[in-house]
Amino acid sequence: MAANGSSNGTLNSAIPDGPIAEKWTNHKNNSKLINPANKRKYSIIVVGSGLAGGAAAATLSELGYHVKCFCYQDSPRRAHSIAAQGGINAAKNYQNDGDSVHRLFYDTVKGGDFRSREANVHRLAEVSGNIIDQCVAQGVPFAREYGGLLDNRSFGGAQVSRTFYARGQTGQQLLIGAYQALSKEVAKGGVEMFPRTEMMDLVVVDGHAKGIIVRDMVTGEISRHAADTVILATGGYGNVFFLSTNAMGCNVMAAYRAHKKGAYMANPCYTQIHPTCIPVSGDYQSKLTLMSESLRNDGRIWVPKSADDAAAIREGKKTAADIAEEDRDYYLERKYPSFGNLAPRDISSRSAKEVCDEGRGVSATGLGVYLDFRDSIERLGEDTVRARYGNLFQMYEKIQGSNPYQEPMMIYPAVHYTMGGLWVDYNLMSNLPGLHVLGEANFSDHGANRLGASALMQGLADGYFVIPATLPNYLADQVPGSVTTENEAFEEAEKAVTDRIEKLLSIQGERTVDSFHRELGLLVWDKCGMSRDKAGLEEALEKIPKIREEFWKNVKIPGTGESLNAELEKAGRVADFLEFGELMCRDALNREESCGGHFREEYQFTEEDDAVKSGYTNPGEAKRRDEEFSYVAAWEYTGDDTPPNLHREELVFENVKQSVRSYK
Amino acid sequence: MNLTLKVWRQRHANDTGTIETYEAKSIPEEASFLEMLDIVNEQIVESGDEPIHFDHDCREGICGSCSLTINGVPHSREKGITTCQVHMRKFSDGDTIWIEPFRGKAFPVVRDLVVDRSAFDRIVAAGGYISVRTGSAEDANSLPVSKDHADASFDAAACIGCGACVAACKNASAMLFVGAKAAHLNLLPQGQPEKDKRVLAMVRKMDEEGFGNCTNQYECEAVCPKEISADVIAKLNRDYAVAATKEAFT
Repeated sequence: MAANGSSNGTLNSAIPDGPIAEKWTNHKNNSKLINPANKRKYSIIVVGSGLAGGAAAATLSELGYHVKCFCYQDSPRRAHSIAAQGGINAAKNYQNDGDSVHRLFYDTVKGGDFRSREANVHRLAEVSGNIIDQCVAQGVPFAREYGGLLDNRSFGGAQVSRTFYARGQTGQQLLIGAYQALSKEVAKGGVEMFPRTEMMDLVVVDGHAKGIIVRDMVTGEISRHAADTVILATGGYGNVFFLSTNAMGCNVMAAYRAHKKGAYMANPCYTQIHPTCIPVSGDYQSKLTLMSESLRNDGRIWVPKSADDAAAIREGKKTAADIAEEDRDYYLERKYPSFGNLAPRDISSRSAKEVCDEGRGVSATGLGVYLDFRDSIERLGEDTVRARYGNLFQMYEKIQGSNPYQEPMMIYPAVHYTMGGLWVDYNLMSNLPGLHVLGEANFSDHGANRLGASALMQGLADGYFVIPATLPNYLADQVPGSVTTENEAFEEAEKAVTDRIEKLLSIQGERTVDSFHRELGLLVWDKCGMSRDKAGLEEALEKIPKIREEFWKNVKIPGTGESLNAELEKAGRVADFLEFGELMCRDALNREESCGGHFREEYQFTEEDDAVKSGYTNPGEAKRRDEEFSYVAAWEYTGDDTPPNLHREELVFENVKQSVRSYK
Repeated sequence: MNLTLKVWRQRHANDTGTIETYEAKSIPEEASFLEMLDIVNEQIVESGDEPIHFDHDCREGICGSCSLTINGVPHSREKGITTCQVHMRKFSDGDTIWIEPFRGKAFPVVRDLVVDRSAFDRIVAAGGYISVRTGSAEDANSLPVSKDHADASFDAAACIGCGACVAACKNASAMLFVGAKAAHLNLLPQGQPEKDKRVLAMVRKMDEEGFGNCTNQYECEAVCPKEISADVIAKLNRDYAVAATKEAFT
């Protein structure tokens, strides 16, 4: 800790007492309430309109609060939750296959590599069933069996079928459900909606989050909004890597602005690299496309055993069909015989990188592996495969111009989700009082690795069921409407925002915003991507400030601040990524262990370890150091030129024994 | 490949707007259409001018943001895709490509190729939902829904609200959009209690927003990136007729 300044104050995670299965019920029973007649006196700002933000805004308005909801898209229906394909987990046990709240809780804690907070995860599992009830009642057309009951599938390596889905568009359907609920409240007057509006800063009054400064993206107008509490549901920071499966507009600005105003940023180094994405093909590329993980249910992942064969494929001298069965390495099936191609995301991704690093990659750039349906087509017939994956095959063919029924797909891992985020307590409140953080924007539920079909579950759990119950614990002690935009804190924050925009526009240098974003992205992907080490992270920490410095001297933004100006919008976001990227690398450097999505090359199992000798795990697998690192790293901003302070929240595992995660 | 672009430029809502010509040079054929525009924009910015503005976000065909009329057809001539899924390998070296916004009286231009589609949000707010308070739902399996109904409902619910249907229609009608939302909810048992009210409110809002009437040209169906069938319009008309009749006699 010494290297990162001193720690002051402890983090109070406000976990309720009692056995794990009773904590949430007890907490609700003991939470404060606000009289129905008083609720309308309180105003709440919600930033973001995805599953977490949309669900929260709609539900809080139903309860009678006055809600203002902001999003940068032209409509709340376009938030990036919409792009989730696979499904949503819930411990309904409709399949009678032994699932339970406890099992979903256990799987999520283990899947997160024992770096999440048990109490939050248990609550997530507890409310998961209610989410499905709520969505069905809203009219979400989940897949059904012929008897009319809901269908389930097994997803992402789970040993039970607990995933509810709506073809390959589950996120879209759930988001439309939340959007419709939100629209209902907009019509009723409970929610005021501000689309094409970007949060530029958080306003803190007497140590409490009491408002935001926003920019109308069409007119450029800067305005102030005050409220009794602020909720951020602004998603993750995957676009720090420039290339990711996130939408182009996804950014860290709201969360990072809050961080600079005092909110701690937790575990920023936990990023999820999704194993099944379409490989990068050139430097013009603007984003990466995910192919649903469900493809791994029937597709087999392989590369040639020999680097020579792989080179021949890359040069176009051979094709997949030229590689005989015995010359193929189905490396996931070989290394993880019981999970095979369904091994968890972090493990599958790293394995793909390993074989490509060995020179056995098959795409033109060398960074791609095969996902092959040949055997499934033989076994099940092309029609069955088409019924299961037709839309995905079509999507692949459109992007790649190659037919996956005839030749194997090529895939490579890409940044997809970020487990880290703003630190929150059990009430989903930041250390900064009055600031609440939901969904991907907070850190709490997925530890160091998120399981498939759990992001939708968490977003909706936070929005529909958790925040409506926990928010009164803060609000009840606040005098409604006590802070207005006349307060000088608003004056100062607005001036800082205006100054920053003027500064950006005045630089008029030589380089585009994208060129800086690309440079940062390549650097953090290389040094803080699927695999990290001390030297690389130190190099990144040295280089990022230099890129940032050049950005502020040499960026070129045409146009003015008084109109729609896409370059100006991007510049504000990239400016924050240039600071956030440094924090992410610093966190990765501090965490001297491997866990989940955070793989430090110095910390892996070797032939010397007992777990390897006994055959429990393989050499090269991630090695946690529970004694030293069973904590949440929550970083406090201390100034632009001073290193952040590290605060630790020690993680206690009372219900799931910390063990080496083995998927052999 | 090298291309000539004829692009609609309009500084703001009240500007008259004009078509301007740009040369897009050395475009890789693996690039997507929007990546081609990114390359052109980067060159425009480097030369000190303001880039071509267009809406886009997920770039995987699901958010419904992207909205370009390419060579006269919303989302291009290729069937069942959005603008962001158009790839340059579908064009040839030397082609001239005309790029315009999604036009319609109810979709005013904001800037260049960006239009204001908030009328769609107001139509949904008029009744495109099922009124169920959070926490009041019964167990999800307590209400079986036949697979056929669930599938048909899903087909309509696949709408991404992009507005291509409006842009393609000579009347700038929003019947496919409204029909899809009505069908999604009206086909489900959960949607029955508000069925009549929903249809009347949404259709009236649609008219109020300035969308035109349907004259059965099926241009909407032809350009819909989610290939939503114009059958939803027939169902909308039927549901509206029933609801309006009931309303007249109560």
